[in-house]
Amino acid sequence: MTLQNWQLPVQIKFLIRFQNTMSILINKSNKVIVQGITGENASFHTGRMLKYGTNIVGGVTPEKGGTEHLGLPVFDSVREAVEETKANTSIIFISPPFAADHMMEAADAGVELCICVTGRIPSQDMIRVKRYIRSFEEPNQMRLIGPGSAGIISPGKALVGIMPGYLYDEGKVGVISRSGTLGFEAASQLNKVGIGISTSIGIGSEAITGSSFVELLKEFESDPDTDAVVLIGEIGGVMEIDAAHYLKENMKKPVIGYIAGLTAPKGRRMGHAGAIISAYGESAAEKIEILQQCGVIVVPAPSAFGETIKQVL
Amino acid sequence: MDIHEYQAKELLSEFGVSVPKGGIAYSPAQAVFRANKIGASRYLVKAQIHSGARSSVGGIIHCEGDEEIRAATDELMGKRLITKQTGPEGQVVHRVYVEENVETVSMYYVGFVLDRQKERVVVVASSDGGMNIEDIYNERPDSLISVVIEPAVGMQAFQARWIAIKLGLGKTLLTQTVTTILGCYRAFRDLDATLVEINPLVVTDEGKLVALDAKMSFDDNALFRRIRIENLRDKTQEDPLSRKAIERGLNYVRLDGNIGCIINGAGLAMATLDMIHALGGKPANFLDIGLSPQSDKLSKAVNIILSDTNVKVILVNIFAGISRCDWIAEGLIKAVQKYNLEIPVIVRLAGTNAKTGRQIIKDCGLPIILAESLHDVAELAVASANKIPD
Repeated sequence: MTLQNWQLPVQIKFLIRFQNTMSILINKSNKVIVQGITGENASFHTGRMLKYGTNIVGGVTPEKGGTEHLGLPVFDSVREAVEETKANTSIIFISPPFAADHMMEAADAGVELCICVTGRIPSQDMIRVKRYIRSFEEPNQMRLIGPGSAGIISPGKALVGIMPGYLYDEGKVGVISRSGTLGFEAASQLNKVGIGISTSIGIGSEAITGSSFVELLKEFESDPDTDAVVLIGEIGGVMEIDAAHYLKENMKKPVIGYIAGLTAPKGRRMGHAGAIISAYGESAAEKIEILQQCGVIVVPAPSAFGETIKQVL
Repeated sequence: MDIHEYQAKELLSEFGVSVPKGGIAYSPAQAVFRANKIGASRYLVKAQIHSGARSSVGGIIHCEGDEEIRAATDELMGKRLITKQTGPEGQVVHRVYVEENVETVSMYYVGFVLDRQKERVVVVASSDGGMNIEDIYNERPDSLISVVIEPAVGMQAFQARWIAIKLGLGKTLLTQTVTTILGCYRAFRDLDATLVEINPLVVTDEGKLVALDAKMSFDDNALFRRIRIENLRDKTQEDPLSRKAIERGLNYVRLDGNIGCIINGAGLAMATLDMIHALGGKPANFLDIGLSPQSDKLSKAVNIILSDTNVKVILVNIFAGISRCDWIAEGLIKAVQKYNLEIPVIVRLAGTNAKTGRQIIKDCGLPIILAESLHDVAELAVASANKIPD
């Protein structure tokens, strides 16, 4: 039995993490496994990620262990995959009824960063997942991105997600977006005005979710390769308000914000599981007001990402 | 997903919550039959719509005797009730709940919700029952008691006792209160609810603790494992177009404007609606066809948009990340031909294979207008909607 990642002394683990944070969260050295790799969607995106140059080292599909898929070894469990491949990152394409189980399996197997692309997961399952992840002590606590995440891309380094890679040029702007396509829209506008991206992260828009705006703003603030951060929020929940208060107190880098759903009626779910105004502070107007009060430059219309960010830089 | 009061009461009573005797009726004769079976002297005839706040709009009628019950049911059936919670279009009553009238001594509020920020189930209670929770929050915040539930172990009896004590029910009705609160919690947990609300929870003149009204909502994403809840769905309470859209794998929310919108991705869809609004137009709907739409989705989307007679212009905004613009273009052309569209169609194609997609539109010979960007597609749609008289 080899020495496991989660059995390493804390100091070494910190070192590994430090090395991995050259761009935040992912870079060329991340070893990635795909959970549910043999599925149709997973196969398609695994192919794209490989083409982009992501270091994918294997996949997991229970009962298909020992086979090969897309030239990669397939394992029955995440634990076996981690033991064999030394993977530290996973991406999940597992249907919603089973996704929670697989997130917890990744946490148990010592995966450091897990990106769940699958969305529409029952909220009570997510409560359990988050509680389970917190039962591990730092630094052995897995970082979860999603569910419903478009993934992470650090242009020129790695793509662990479903973004169209060609939209993203290397650069110094960080992007955090709840929505997938709105993130693509922002990236393409930046591309048009010649602004590159350090890392872009889709955090999803579920009611209960992994890493929040605040947790990722912290990463960008301490990332030497990021000069400014774009925060793309929407109606529902109060994550943007927490972010506004956090960045006012703790951030030196400029933050440019956009909140979708100014015209969304109260009490109606706008596509995303978490995009619903049900309480005070969850509407776009309220979020924009608080972001502005906290010093965020708010993009006036979704067509103005490019110009606004160009002006700020 | 929402259910009716009577359905919530039936579910909660299985978890040990006491409710007044009652029965559901679809006609005046049936209502009288239900009342006779209950055998009380006074009754309430309650409109069953997916909304609270019904009494202030005449949705709950006090009755004595068969004649009054018959008349009340007759009045409520088919009536459109517009409450604070229904929105301006209101909800039509198709069934009533006949319930024994209970004399109350005091009223309380108990609600279970999912707290997104805390990532926990939270119980909120107040001794100001009968009021709307938002009003309690604004006017009587001191009366609010809230208890956070630790998900690994679930709600404990001591937490329910604490609520009972704070509500002033600790001396005489402790056991009943604990049974009621823990019952609601188990229902919330076991049925994948997102809301369980008893308002008011009352102490009767006979010293019993009874749920006078009950409301439950459920997690749409968990319905796959809650077949029984799915079977409680009342389609008459849902917007028929939203229903049609869900059955076609689309996400649709009807709005009150005249620009029909077809967009891929919920965030981009919301942003496009905001863009239309900012340029002085009014979107007729939110419609997300998904991140990787198959080309037949466009035809389904156009079909739904056309069912809304307010629509004067169709806007299509596609950012193909994992999809392909040439497929989208082909799908759109098929849809335009299939429905012989005479209203203007404005389309923006961006992302993968955008050039090919745009060329396909240019060459098709149909009067589809191409837009360059998110801003342009909204601007062109607003301009052409404004040109067409009402």
